[in-house]
Amino acid sequence: MSNMILLGTRKGTVIFDRSNSAWMPRPIGHAGIPVCYAARDPRNGTLWASLDHGHWGPKLSRSRDGGATWEDVLSLKYPEGARHIVQYLPTPDFDPAAPVGQPEYKDATVFKIWNLAFGTAGQAGRLYAGTIPGGLFVSNDGGDTWELNRPLWNHESRGGDLFAGEATSENRWGGTPASIDYGVFEPGIHSIVVDPSDPLHMHVAVSSAGVLETTDGGLSWTGRNRGMLNDYMPNPESEWGHDPHCVTACPGQPEHLWQQNHCGVFYSSDGALQWNKVSMPDAGVHFGFPIAVDAQDGRTAWVVPARADMARMAIGGGLFVARTMDGGASWQSFHTGLPQENAYDIVLRHGLDVSGDSLCFGSTTGNVYLSEDRGETWQCLGQNFPPVYSVRFG
Amino acid sequence: MPTVEMTRHLYRFFPALENRTIRVPAGSVAEVLRAVDALAPGFSDYVLDERGALRRHVNLSVNDTVVIDRKNLSDRVPEDATLFIFQALSGG
Repeated sequence: MSNMILLGTRKGTVIFDRSNSAWMPRPIGHAGIPVCYAARDPRNGTLWASLDHGHWGPKLSRSRDGGATWEDVLSLKYPEGARHIVQYLPTPDFDPAAPVGQPEYKDATVFKIWNLAFGTAGQAGRLYAGTIPGGLFVSNDGGDTWELNRPLWNHESRGGDLFAGEATSENRWGGTPASIDYGVFEPGIHSIVVDPSDPLHMHVAVSSAGVLETTDGGLSWTGRNRGMLNDYMPNPESEWGHDPHCVTACPGQPEHLWQQNHCGVFYSSDGALQWNKVSMPDAGVHFGFPIAVDAQDGRTAWVVPARADMARMAIGGGLFVARTMDGGASWQSFHTGLPQENAYDIVLRHGLDVSGDSLCFGSTTGNVYLSEDRGETWQCLGQNFPPVYSVRFG
Repeated sequence: MPTVEMTRHLYRFFPALENRTIRVPAGSVAEVLRAVDALAPGFSDYVLDERGALRRHVNLSVNDTVVIDRKNLSDRVPEDATLFIFQALSGG
């Protein structure tokens, strides 16, 4: 049973401790600084926060004393020669019929460190970080030094090895709206799914490209988007161009993966070789950002549904959590303890987590809710927090 | 030697720079910032990106002249000048 919850919020890091079965928040850490992700490394207890300074650039912050003190980690940087093909948001005068021009290149710099993940129990010191503009960084020394995973950066779906020269293939990765805050329109890696049973095996999810898998420790990557449907694209079954909002897997059954995006909830029971749409729009289970999976049963997952991408708000002014226990064949909605009127909360992609029978989510409206009975009833842990970007049990 | 003055916000991350007069050898803006980084390791990561370009929401000026070359920071900081480091007012 976890005794810690970490929130990454617009105004800093909030840590809840469980004491005598009550959850109490500490004074906010990184006060005033946006924290887009915060998590605890279960292997050694180190706490991590990804700072999203408005002026001073993205930074990682690390605490080795349970959150009493934090230190900057400044070593996550793109190497010399790392380039990417510049993306632009289509402007009103964009002409889709115009001939495609030569790709425009840009030296890579980190705009946002969107996600952190920890290696397997046997990989002491192994950490992963996903960035905008679409880099996967790896550390083998607990975050003191980081290295860009070049096979993914140089993937043929991004134009090939731009360290070596000109693009050798078409870039199929699109930008994410989450990058617009930084004055760019570039892709981002927001989900890094480590297979606890195989250190060479992992998935990453990219907005907007899709899911990729490696089975050789990151030496090679393969797109895993078969079965995904992209309703808003000319070809809904296109290999690329998907916008997974969050991808996660069952630690005990890592071949069971889940994602939710603009076009529904998708589930795979074969390691993402085939995705299946398991939405239930009549029950409100369709659009949304976060998704959580049971640690042992890969068929059990939870979502906090939202209305639609053109109206990113709670459905009908009320919050609910939906759970499936049969791989998405059926969904059950739970409302007890959650507001059922005048609620406009949205839960962002990292804003829901599960640990045993406990679930917790935080919203952009600063409300934090906890369930200790697998999502069936909820209690409010506070209603005046800053907008919540991430929730992780420690 | 030129003087370097900065927004108080940076003292939060580099308290060793607070309550002191920062004087470093004259040179280009890039050279002056490297000298400040030597006084407070990590300082340049707050002001510059990994390509050495000025971060988007940071402004520099030499006396009251805003630094134009944000990419290579080649503007000259003379002996009797002050380099100011401040946030760009780019938010609400």
